[in-house]
Amino acid sequence: MLKVATLLDLLHGAGVTVAVSMLAIAAGIPLGLMLAAGRTGRIRVVRAFCAAYSSFVRAVPVVTFMMLIYFGLPALGIALDPFPAAVFALALNTAAFNGEIWRAAIADFPHGQLEAARAFGMTRNVSFWRIVFPQIWRSSLPSLVNEMTLLIKVSPAIAIIGVVDLTRKARQISAVTYEPLPAFVSAALIYGLVLALLVAGARWLERRLARRFGFA
Amino acid sequence: MTFRVDVILKEAPQFAAGLGNTIWLCGVSMALSLALGALFLVPLTSQKPSLRRLARAVVDAGRCIPFLLLTYIVYFGLPSLGVVLDKWTAALATLVLYNTAYMAEILRAGWASLPAGQTQAARAFGYSGFLLLRRIILPQLIIAVGPVIGNQLIQLIKDSAFLSIITLPELTFAANAVQSYYFVPFESFLVATLLYWALCAGIEWLVRRMERWASQMRRAHA
Repeated sequence: MLKVATLLDLLHGAGVTVAVSMLAIAAGIPLGLMLAAGRTGRIRVVRAFCAAYSSFVRAVPVVTFMMLIYFGLPALGIALDPFPAAVFALALNTAAFNGEIWRAAIADFPHGQLEAARAFGMTRNVSFWRIVFPQIWRSSLPSLVNEMTLLIKVSPAIAIIGVVDLTRKARQISAVTYEPLPAFVSAALIYGLVLALLVAGARWLERRLARRFGFA
Repeated sequence: MTFRVDVILKEAPQFAAGLGNTIWLCGVSMALSLALGALFLVPLTSQKPSLRRLARAVVDAGRCIPFLLLTYIVYFGLPSLGVVLDKWTAALATLVLYNTAYMAEILRAGWASLPAGQTQAARAFGYSGFLLLRRIILPQLIIAVGPVIGNQLIQLIKDSAFLSIITLPELTFAANAVQSYYFVPFESFLVATLLYWALCAGIEWLVRRMERWASQMRRAHA
């Protein structure tokens, strides 16, 4: 059986998982928007760079990427502590996926609205922030939330650079108590709970938005 | 800094062996979980709502567990129930177990998008259960969900990097071994990430070829 102190220990690990994931998401969503802007923009070099970045990062395992950032970058003179490195690597990773979501939303945007905005004399910049963005963030919300759940599920990769998240905590507890299953199963339940809360929160927000703005 | 190409070239066989292990482990577990996922379609598409709901719950729960945690459960947790697996068997079992939940969900979603009339017509002709699945549903399903399966294979390859934590000699483990022996972390992990990139690009290319082939087949039979 799991003791209360052990459970609190696990919850502490869960707190680290949630904190790192939330920081990475908070940085990754605007970064993804910048990537999408770069890929749909007019400067060819920027377009090529954003496309290559997105293709590379989406194909590389988070574990390997994490090691490249934490163990590899010091060779280029960029040394990060484990916690910032974890947030940085996860943010760079999720930004590539968010970039694809934003890009699809921009590509799907009705062309007539953009032409109307031009006809009213709006610049590209103004029409993006006044016309495009207020609509696409709502339509992209389900995909963005889906990417958040995927990010939380790969977040145990931060354990490899020594950040004690929920999965690593469970492993430590199992190594000390010689009873691996209670700790692992509790950790699995906590992950399930976190993901369920996230999805339920997103559904609630979608319903509110649908009521506020009509069909999202 | 100097980029140590010499170390990478000298250790190329180790990278190749790691890449080979990544490929065959993911390929074999993809084939196995495709078969298991197809078997899971029977309860997932059952006529009994209670059975259907139970199967959905099992699949959804399976998709909530992070891959590394599942690896720990299989490799460190199961021995306390008397099931002791060596790291290769544990790795394969984890990959199959994890991926089956996703394959079942992909096949179910694909099945739900098939025209319902076909299944009804087949039932009217007396097809049911496994025969219905094998003769009517699966052939169409595989073509419909082919690209999604390709994406899932890429996902599986990326998750398999976690297996380096239980010291399974796949690509990430090989990169880590090389970097800790020669202390060339940047070169070593860069080569590993580029190899993953190439592998995933190859899979995407194959999926596009298959899609083109499938659309030609459809046109030929239309």
